[in-house]
Amino acid sequence: MTTAPARASGPARRFARLLYRHPRLQLRLLLAAPLLWLLLAYLGSLAVLFANAFFRHDSFTGRVIFEFTLDNFAAVAGTEVYRTITLRTIGLAVLVTLVCTVLAFPIAYTMARVASPRIRGLLVIAVLMPLWASYLVKVYAWRTMLLGNGVLDWLFAPFGVNAPGIGEGALLLVFTYLWLPYMILPIYAALERIPESLLEASADLGGRTGMTFRRVVLPLVLPGVVAGSIFTFSLTLGDYITPQLVSNTRLIGNAIYDTLGVPNLPLAAAIATIPVITIVAYLLLARRTGAFESL
Amino acid sequence: MTESRWLRIGLWAATLAVLAFVYLPLVVIAIYAFNASDIQSWPIPGVSLRWFERALADGAVRQAFLNSVIAATAATSIALVLGTLAAFAVQRFRFFGREIISFVVILPIALPGVVTGVALSATFTTLGIGFGMVTIVIGHATFCVVIAYNNVIARLRRTSRSLEEASMDLGADTWQTFRHVFLPSMRGALLSGGLLAFALSFDEVIVTNFTAGAGVDTVPLWVLSAIQRPNALPVVNVVAVALILLSVIPVYIAQRIGGRAAR
Amino acid sequence: MRTPRLPAAIAGMALVLAACQGGAASPSHSAQASLGDGEGALNLVIWTGYAERGENDPAYDWVTPFEDETGCMVKTQDGTDSANMVQLMQTGEYDGVSASGDATLRLIAGGEVAPINTDLIPNYANIFDGLKLQPHNSVDGVPYGVPHGRGANVLLYNTDEFAEAPTSWDVVWESDSPAAGKISVYNSAIYIADAALYLMKHNSDLNITNPYELDQTQFDAAVELLQQQNEMIGEYWATAAAQIESFAAGDMVAGTSWQYQANNLTDSPVAATLPEEGSTGWSDTWMISSRAAHPNCMYKWMDWIASPEANAQATVWFGEAPTSQAACDAAEEISPGHCEAFHATDESYFDNIWYWTTPQKECGDDRGAVCKDFTEWTTAWQEITGS
Repeated sequence: MTTAPARASGPARRFARLLYRHPRLQLRLLLAAPLLWLLLAYLGSLAVLFANAFFRHDSFTGRVIFEFTLDNFAAVAGTEVYRTITLRTIGLAVLVTLVCTVLAFPIAYTMARVASPRIRGLLVIAVLMPLWASYLVKVYAWRTMLLGNGVLDWLFAPFGVNAPGIGEGALLLVFTYLWLPYMILPIYAALERIPESLLEASADLGGRTGMTFRRVVLPLVLPGVVAGSIFTFSLTLGDYITPQLVSNTRLIGNAIYDTLGVPNLPLAAAIATIPVITIVAYLLLARRTGAFESL
Repeated sequence: MTESRWLRIGLWAATLAVLAFVYLPLVVIAIYAFNASDIQSWPIPGVSLRWFERALADGAVRQAFLNSVIAATAATSIALVLGTLAAFAVQRFRFFGREIISFVVILPIALPGVVTGVALSATFTTLGIGFGMVTIVIGHATFCVVIAYNNVIARLRRTSRSLEEASMDLGADTWQTFRHVFLPSMRGALLSGGLLAFALSFDEVIVTNFTAGAGVDTVPLWVLSAIQRPNALPVVNVVAVALILLSVIPVYIAQRIGGRAAR
Repeated sequence: MRTPRLPAAIAGMALVLAACQGGAASPSHSAQASLGDGEGALNLVIWTGYAERGENDPAYDWVTPFEDETGCMVKTQDGTDSANMVQLMQTGEYDGVSASGDATLRLIAGGEVAPINTDLIPNYANIFDGLKLQPHNSVDGVPYGVPHGRGANVLLYNTDEFAEAPTSWDVVWESDSPAAGKISVYNSAIYIADAALYLMKHNSDLNITNPYELDQTQFDAAVELLQQQNEMIGEYWATAAAQIESFAAGDMVAGTSWQYQANNLTDSPVAATLPEEGSTGWSDTWMISSRAAHPNCMYKWMDWIASPEANAQATVWFGEAPTSQAACDAAEEISPGHCEAFHATDESYFDNIWYWTTPQKECGDDRGAVCKDFTEWTTAWQEITGS
């Protein structure tokens, strides 16, 4: 017979009972810390940043002048180069997402449904490990490989093809490379969650592989794909280091960063509204597909 | 659906091809870590361990590594706490603004690093918070929260409340239930979330660039300055190789624990 | 490649100014009166190669002896261009900067740097007069820094591609250049001056007298030249290391560069030359931050870098002209003929080298205030490179 633990009426237990009786209080306590952090600290910081977009700027000293102006937004909307850069960046981000999805699917499917459990474990490790290799080192390694007389030249020499060299193609290649694990994992998770019974039922009802895939697997995997795309899309949209290292093109991240370096914070903040609005819109769309549950 | 033999072969071929693609640069980095020359040409002129010696002797690298570990540990801990609290609140309660939380939580990681970095550093300067380890940790914790949040909330969805209710029926109070029932079932989610957050924080460069200040270097910041100096670049390859090798440990742990917890 | 650190945003500085007028971080705008003990640390913003500690070549180390002697442990941050240096200094995190002429006046006007007390810098007296109290490093006779050295932007070229050294900058400007597609130029708005310089020598209709003082017509012509060049560009380099790599790999065969890159490419078929049109250049000055956390260490550094041995090593390593006769003599031991090669004592040579200067609206001649200022240069540069 077990002895019941001593029921001390200490403050801890009183507090615990209080929480139990007042779920709303429990809720508020739970939420206090995260909300404070996220809302005040983070969103507040964002507000501070975007407030600067409405201020004037002294070009010689580089300092912000606290006079209200809409000039920065006018400059962003009016100058063609920002339109070009925005379209180029969004286009690249979409392309990267598509290529990543295509590349990620076979391996995710193999991991989820074809491999034995032990191999699956190894495959997951194999996919996760590159995430630990430093982002900067990977990008720089690609830069070195893409330059003339590098590894790629050496590899492709028997085929008579030259390495692509730095440029826009290299950007697509490197971004796809960098974000691929972020796409593989959610798709793998989504595929793994599909119960075998569903697929068997589909087969029992006469569906062949292709039809089962299209009608059963794809819709169930879609949230996973969208979840992965949140990463590939937003990470491409904001990056400025990779374009600098492996190409001569400038993306929106570069425009923001370079403008910060003038230094011209108000204009940079105005430019920054573009990716923020884009990503927020994308997130809102993604949420509808249920992707947030698949992250 | 049982895949046909050809389909299986095709899938395995694709898998191997993708894996080769993924590991090619890592192999190249490893080869360059043994490069005898300081210029990264191909093929490498000779093999040498001098960069390894350099890396071991370099105090700045060691300090950066230490800083990275400290920052990542602190940020992960904070993120786990905040993420779990928020996940618990969102999953277990119905309240106004519930949808907004899951949206706001993902913003720090979805918005461009430049934006998050500049915003945070502007706030720090305004509030007079000196730049250093604290500001780095704040920055990292902010975008790591979502990782913990997602892992925990996914796990919460799969656990039923009956266990907790049973525990309380048996006389345990909120604390005991939390300690003896809730936490153990969350262990897998917390561990895998924590490891992923650790990796993210360890490798983060853009936000850290803005929140670190002049005095503190993390590994990515050190790499960033090293690739600008012609002769420090090869040491970077050594550091990268070390990181990849070291990473086997946490990834393996994550796989074992996460795999078991899923059952 | 512009990937330096940006420890804090400028917004914060501005908000601090508004929020705490006369708060804790009040900068000093007068020179320090006396020199105390070193504080044990020193944070510098430098051009690549300006503070070596023997990592690249054990023979070139002027930081470790400094640390041993003063106890000030040096930490450096490379700046990519002058704008980057201004912005880094605005964070208030650094004690000093090796600023070129297009950063110095901006820093002074913005209150980022303090004037210096030359009594506290014994080696200052020996510096060539041609470098002291110049328009770019002094205001109303008040000195704002210690000269580090001066030099020109050179034409870097591949010796396999060009059997003889090119004599003109046209190899990077004209569409029929053999280097088309493999041209590497400096990624900074200040490079517009190089276009203006080329036009100055080849298009006398434009009447350009100073490549930094461009009115609308002259500016448009320079921008047009740069857009023409954009078609042939291989890369816009932001760090010396990146350009060294491209030239070593053979991807780039001609471009604007510093002697520093050539010095680091001795194993490759690459050389540097100064074409007949002359070139833009820079005269760098060490300045102390008005918010320096380690001012004594900074003064000790400024004195150190002006000392003959350190200055000789620094200028031989980078490839620029030393700042004093004593430094020249010391440089002679390290690299015979160095001072002649870099025209350290030949002031007339530097008449053909246009030091980086911040472009301003005020043209400085009888045209009045119609010239393009730095913001317009920056915007134009973003448009040229962004499209």
